[in-house]
Amino acid sequence: MWWLLPTASASTFMPAQGTKIAAEVDTIYAFLLISSLISFVLLIGGMCYFVVKYKRKSANDKTEYITHNHTLEFLWSFIPFLIFMFVFAWGWMVYHDMRKMPEDALEVHVFAKKWDWRFVYKNGKEVTAALDENMKLQPSTMVVPVGRPVKLIMASEKVNPSGNDPTDRPVLHSFFIPSFRVKQDVVPGRYAALWFEADKAGLYNVFCAEYCGGGHSAMRGLIRAVAPAEFEAWLAGEAVSTEAVAQVNPLVAKGKTLYAANACIGCHSVDGSKMTGPSFKGLFGKTEQTDKGSVKVDENYLRESVLNPNAKIVAGYPPGQMPPYAGQLSEDDILALIEFIKTLK
Amino acid sequence: MAASGTHDANENYLNHEKGLWSWLTTLDHKRIGVLYAITVAIFFFVGGLAALAIRTELFSAGETIPNLGPNGYNRLMTYHGAIMVFLVIIPGIPAFLGNFVLPLHLGAKDVAFPRLNLLSWYCLLAGAAIALTSLLMGGADTGWTFYTPYSINSAPAVVMMAFGVFVAGFSSILTGLNFIVTTHKLRAPGMTMNRIPLFVWALYSTAIIQVLATPVLAITVLLLAMENIFGIGFFDESLGGDPVLFQHFFWFYSHPAVYIMILPAFGVISELITAFSRKTIFGYTAIAYSSLAIAAVSFFVWGHHMFTSGQSEVASVLFSILTMLVGIPTAIKVFNWVATMYKSSINLASPMLFAIGFIFLFTIGGVTGIFLATIATNIHFHDTYFVVAHFHYVMVGGTLMAIMGGIYYWFPKMFGKMYHEATARLSFLGIFIGFNVTFYPQFLLGANGMPRRYFDYLPVYEPLNQISTIGSYLIGIGFVFAAISILIGFIKGEKAGANPWGARTLEWTIPSPPPHHNFDKTPIITAGPYEFR
Repeated sequence: MWWLLPTASASTFMPAQGTKIAAEVDTIYAFLLISSLISFVLLIGGMCYFVVKYKRKSANDKTEYITHNHTLEFLWSFIPFLIFMFVFAWGWMVYHDMRKMPEDALEVHVFAKKWDWRFVYKNGKEVTAALDENMKLQPSTMVVPVGRPVKLIMASEKVNPSGNDPTDRPVLHSFFIPSFRVKQDVVPGRYAALWFEADKAGLYNVFCAEYCGGGHSAMRGLIRAVAPAEFEAWLAGEAVSTEAVAQVNPLVAKGKTLYAANACIGCHSVDGSKMTGPSFKGLFGKTEQTDKGSVKVDENYLRESVLNPNAKIVAGYPPGQMPPYAGQLSEDDILALIEFIKTLK
Repeated sequence: MAASGTHDANENYLNHEKGLWSWLTTLDHKRIGVLYAITVAIFFFVGGLAALAIRTELFSAGETIPNLGPNGYNRLMTYHGAIMVFLVIIPGIPAFLGNFVLPLHLGAKDVAFPRLNLLSWYCLLAGAAIALTSLLMGGADTGWTFYTPYSINSAPAVVMMAFGVFVAGFSSILTGLNFIVTTHKLRAPGMTMNRIPLFVWALYSTAIIQVLATPVLAITVLLLAMENIFGIGFFDESLGGDPVLFQHFFWFYSHPAVYIMILPAFGVISELITAFSRKTIFGYTAIAYSSLAIAAVSFFVWGHHMFTSGQSEVASVLFSILTMLVGIPTAIKVFNWVATMYKSSINLASPMLFAIGFIFLFTIGGVTGIFLATIATNIHFHDTYFVVAHFHYVMVGGTLMAIMGGIYYWFPKMFGKMYHEATARLSFLGIFIGFNVTFYPQFLLGANGMPRRYFDYLPVYEPLNQISTIGSYLIGIGFVFAAISILIGFIKGEKAGANPWGARTLEWTIPSPPPHHNFDKTPIITAGPYEFR
């Protein structure tokens, strides 16, 4: 049948499954499909039967005067209620797995802009769209290892990160991998997170699913899942910057330079000693008491505290000490600073 | 009121006064209903042309219409959505059919505030005029949802369009207010709330949403304007705002607005099913209160549009379970309509064909709503063609089918003539078959991952897109037949009696077309609305 033709590398109704979660989502989908088909056939079949059986025969047909039936009405309210609650709970369980970020994941940074994806690895390796040898545009391709959870930390950036054009502002995008059944909006001004674990080697489409203007439908990407050894070789090979040493993470190195160059060093220690502001040592992942309640220090909190330091002040420190850095650091700079802070265990 | 003493048997609301000016200044709810009919029909024509252009562009991968380009396409889809939602479907049933029928259903001479009623129509016209001037400013390209921060870049066309929506919103608020007061204060003696027709219950529930939710849209639009003009940061993150806040505000109005669009359709279907089955409605109380229940719950489900926006898991879970709850009163209604047809006497005239088509299509729209309310599957379907198919099954397969059924049902009452039955049936066939051919493939496209608002797509999606485009032309042909059946009705339709369908509600007890003051003697009500004994 034509609707079973493989489309977008589809197996049946959905694109080929690339993760375990995709299989779980498809089971719910199959359940919903079958149960709604049954209900549809019963209901519409019943209606068609009535239309044929009770078609008007004469202008004075007598009809039954039936106003209600409590048993029937209770049943057709209560049975759907049970089914709805069942799929609700099931959908919640799978969704919970989608949102529970694995601890030991490989982190890849995703930058979205009009209209391209950019992927940055910890060693500084950066992937963007490129022209291949036949001068054909190859979408940005993220290479990931099979069988290891990958966590994407995603930010939306301006088209020209260093420019000052007020009309060039970051907009919404959405990172959508049909084969993995996951999707996450990338919202300007904060980090969005998404994780997946590819269980089959292959090439998977990435689409932008949140409308972002003229190039929205052209904003494609690819994910290439490969064997772990192949991934390590790819990651170490080519494009790593010249001064990159095996032990030094270039992002961290950049963050360290920025830490010194942007006056962070005057107020935030890296050895745990208390200065004007909280020390960076052991900061990441810790739970801090602030004037807005307790906060777990994650990427989003650090980002906010760089751009708008007075939003949540850690208890024991006076507000108004640090100038806001909004507009002075690029998305890449902020990311490098955060990566630097993350290493200060 | 000099004329009220004498009574001419041929006097009716159409010939009571003459001339264009008498129409533009009329306070008669029936004439205002006709004015709305003309306006909505024009907007529908424009929005429909945009739809056909969209489908034509999507017929093949890459650019299909020469020189349209992604920017032209994005404007087409924005105006198609905004026109169809704000200027066609929202005013479609309440302001057009509701205005004409509601006072007649209640045994009243008019709505409670006739001047306000006329003002509502002018608000819609003014709003539409303002919104469409945005075309002269380069045209809005944000989609009908105006999501920030993209929409901030597209000023001033977006500001103009949003301002038009703001003004048109008052049309909706004032009509809702008018209907609530009319339903409470102007019912004929003996017509208790348990005896009003179900169409009135549906309009009443809709009116509550219109009055409570539409102001939130107005506030949102004002905040957007303040941000654009004065640089106050509400939604712009560089000013300390939050882009997602806009989505919350927008859907706080726009989700209830979905029920502004579908609840009145439920009311029309209840009327059609009883009249053409010649049988009292099954479960009057359940249908009436399920409308109120849907109206109430509709305010608490907006976050189901935002499962992927980054809102907390707790919020998503709550919105998911609340959305499931909307499914129950909705299912109850469908079961009641089908039960009404049991042991009845079914006349398959065009209005009934549209009612049956409604149940068929709306059921598909409804069950796919459960697919989307389930969070895990929503994450995959969100912002794909699955959603496009789902809401067209509800809005077009539901509301538009009900409007068509309602037009054919009340046309004889409005103009005293019958429409042309054979072409009306052809229009049903064209619309019903064309609709399924257009939108069913879109479920498959969405499940296979094709995102919505795409000017271009991967070649693998091409076959299903081509089927969909062919279907859209069939729908277009269906509507040409609909226009012909109405035109023939106007030109040489046979005279309709007071009650051509043998229906029981009050509008069928007075001549067609109704006299200026509706009822010569105020009717006294002693029983329910559907007494087929």
